[in-house]
Amino acid sequence: MANTEVKKNSVVGGILGWFKKTFDAKYWDSLKFSLYCLTHPLDGFWDLTHEKRGTYAAANTILFATVLVRLLNLKYTSFVIQTVYWEDLNVWLYIASILFPLALFVIGNWATTTLFDGKGKLGQVYIGTCYALTPYPLMQVPLMILSNGLTVNEAQFYTVLSAISLVWCGLLLIAGMGQIHEFGGAKNILFLVFSLFAMLVMIFILMLFFSMITQGIGYFYSLYREFLFRA
Amino acid sequence: MMKKPLHFQIKRIGAVLAAAAIGILSVPMHSDAVEHRSYTYIYDYWGDVQDTPDVYEVFKVFTSSELGLPERLNNPSGIYQHDGYVYICDTGNNKIVVLATDPDLGLVYDHEFSSIKLAPGPSNLSGPTDIAISEDGNIFIADKGNNRIVKVDSNLNYLMQFDLPVDTALSPDTIFLPNKLVVDTAERVYCISDGINKGLLKYEADGTFAGFIGATKAPYDLWDYIWKKFATQEQIDRMPVDVPTEYSNIYMDYEGFIYASVPVSDAQALDDLKVDSVRRLNLLGNNILVNNGNWLNCGDIYWGSAGGYSGPSSFSDVTAFENDIYVCLDRNRGRLFGYDDQGRMVFGFGGNGNMDGYFRRPVGIEHIGYDLLVLDQADCSITYFVLSDFGQNIYNAIDQFDRGEYEASGESWQRVLDADGNYDLAYIGIGRSLLRQERYKEAMEYFELKYDDENYSKAFKEYRKEWVQSHLFITVAIILLVFLIPLGIEKYRSMKIEIATSDVFRFPDPEDNMTREEIREYHKKQRQEFKEREKAKKEARKLAKMGSNR
Repeated sequence: MANTEVKKNSVVGGILGWFKKTFDAKYWDSLKFSLYCLTHPLDGFWDLTHEKRGTYAAANTILFATVLVRLLNLKYTSFVIQTVYWEDLNVWLYIASILFPLALFVIGNWATTTLFDGKGKLGQVYIGTCYALTPYPLMQVPLMILSNGLTVNEAQFYTVLSAISLVWCGLLLIAGMGQIHEFGGAKNILFLVFSLFAMLVMIFILMLFFSMITQGIGYFYSLYREFLFRA
Repeated sequence: MMKKPLHFQIKRIGAVLAAAAIGILSVPMHSDAVEHRSYTYIYDYWGDVQDTPDVYEVFKVFTSSELGLPERLNNPSGIYQHDGYVYICDTGNNKIVVLATDPDLGLVYDHEFSSIKLAPGPSNLSGPTDIAISEDGNIFIADKGNNRIVKVDSNLNYLMQFDLPVDTALSPDTIFLPNKLVVDTAERVYCISDGINKGLLKYEADGTFAGFIGATKAPYDLWDYIWKKFATQEQIDRMPVDVPTEYSNIYMDYEGFIYASVPVSDAQALDDLKVDSVRRLNLLGNNILVNNGNWLNCGDIYWGSAGGYSGPSSFSDVTAFENDIYVCLDRNRGRLFGYDDQGRMVFGFGGNGNMDGYFRRPVGIEHIGYDLLVLDQADCSITYFVLSDFGQNIYNAIDQFDRGEYEASGESWQRVLDADGNYDLAYIGIGRSLLRQERYKEAMEYFELKYDDENYSKAFKEYRKEWVQSHLFITVAIILLVFLIPLGIEKYRSMKIEIATSDVFRFPDPEDNMTREEIREYHKKQRQEFKEREKAKKEARKLAKMGSNR
């Protein structure tokens, strides 16, 4: 009894309490489950949706970490590995260059698979895709630190490890999509290719849409100008 | 130190205003032309144009009347400097004009000659295009109109001549049109002949032909090859023929290597690294030019069509100083490009125009000490460039480094940096000077500023070695911890199980009076039971966990 009272009054206890309230055990467990998915992709991604081991909160966290690590990479990776032309860098565009293809993939994948017996819902595809990104922040942070201790000749180590992190992400994505949609190997690959096509189609439509909008606005604007001149 | 004349500066200001006016008046003008505000520039690590102070300044432009020549120069095509004398090949007037150098006036007319004595063939020169002088003072003249290279002594007495070689590689109707030549210390002659694209013609000192060296590769394209397989004969005839480019000019440097310039016109081939703009040939004709710069040593790296000029820089001549900086002359845009021994850009300046320091058709470049002479064929003039204070600091820094005066070199580079904070080589130069002084940490900072990863790695390697040595205890401790902690945890776990399952803690009841066999059996059973208990515990924990997740 006395013990709990001390805990309640102490700062540490307060913070712990806040954490417990904010991030419930479910959140931590689902986040920890991403580590299980790293090494057990088939089993892990099956449980992710079918056993509801994954959460949006954890998926968002992984995505946020990925974007954050990518941004930190720009600044803290040694210039021996990569040089950044800061004058030309737009951080928001750079972030969008990660998030936009991801969003396209999620929507494209869901749109194609849902027509062909894919069991995954849009949200599940999103969670699965985000969980598949786990190796990226996990490997890139140590690599970022490592890069600052490398010379040109040793840069190969970095390149190989960095490639491994990306390939790992790719394999997880393939495994994950297969399990979420309950597809077999061949069908899964086929629909991943379809998803890529769907992405292209969406980009095409978006470009068409924006150019039409621009034309439309341009038309009404010139009409307005004409009106001003004549009035 | 000679200062830039005032009239030149006024002209420059006029040029800027004129350029601005043209920029406003003509709408479809490429922005590149307006961006080049400064006369001298370099390309930085990113390929951005960085204005720099002038490395070379025009001392004077020498025209025929300025020199007091008896006859106006007519279509001069060759310039050569030997022992303080400058030889101009006045091709149109069939003679060679000799100018003396003067510390105050620059160049003064000395004499000229148009004929040679005791020649078995024609004694008058016909359209001489180049001249070279050996160490013994013998003069070699590319007498193009007479289809020969003549060798005469210093009094112009005929010694011997070099003719078209008898070689199966040449078609029988080839005409010998020697255009450019150089002579090495053993009086071997290397020559470029119009219409022969198999490389340089090499003659031994006794006049025998020693073969072709340094042929440029013909650009080869797989796509072209496939396309030609399907094209009709008429189509093939209309296609551009892939022949190896001829060299435009050659220069023998102080070490006896031949610098050769290539007039590149195919931008795609340059992009694909299939052609070199400039080469340095060894005795076997192999290109030994180092190209470690951030950008190719091909002159301009942006080929925007501005002012009526398009395509890559096309070098018409090259010259090399004794500090291994070589200067290429671009006849396309009338610019000069200097590169150091690593192929890094030192300067680029010039342009097409009528003002001092600009050219109309530059064909030849030579140097006296570190001063540059550029021969303009259309203008019939020689532009005399002198090194500016800024350029002097650059050259001092390079020379001092080569001599091993690293600290002084660093100071010279610092002076360069004070004048121009965007000069990449200065940062790298200071870094290299610090590297030699074993101040690795500071050197690394300078290299990092200009992204020189090779030198940075050299410095960093030493710095890392030093750091490890001075922090030996921590390094060893970290390495040990990295390996020992996981090992320790593993060991701890297995020991825990070992202790828990050990026979020592579970004895059979002594009253049972067991035999040895029975005791062994008992222990076995105990271990089995323990393992099962542990397993059950684990299972329960897992279940509880899953329950909490639901």
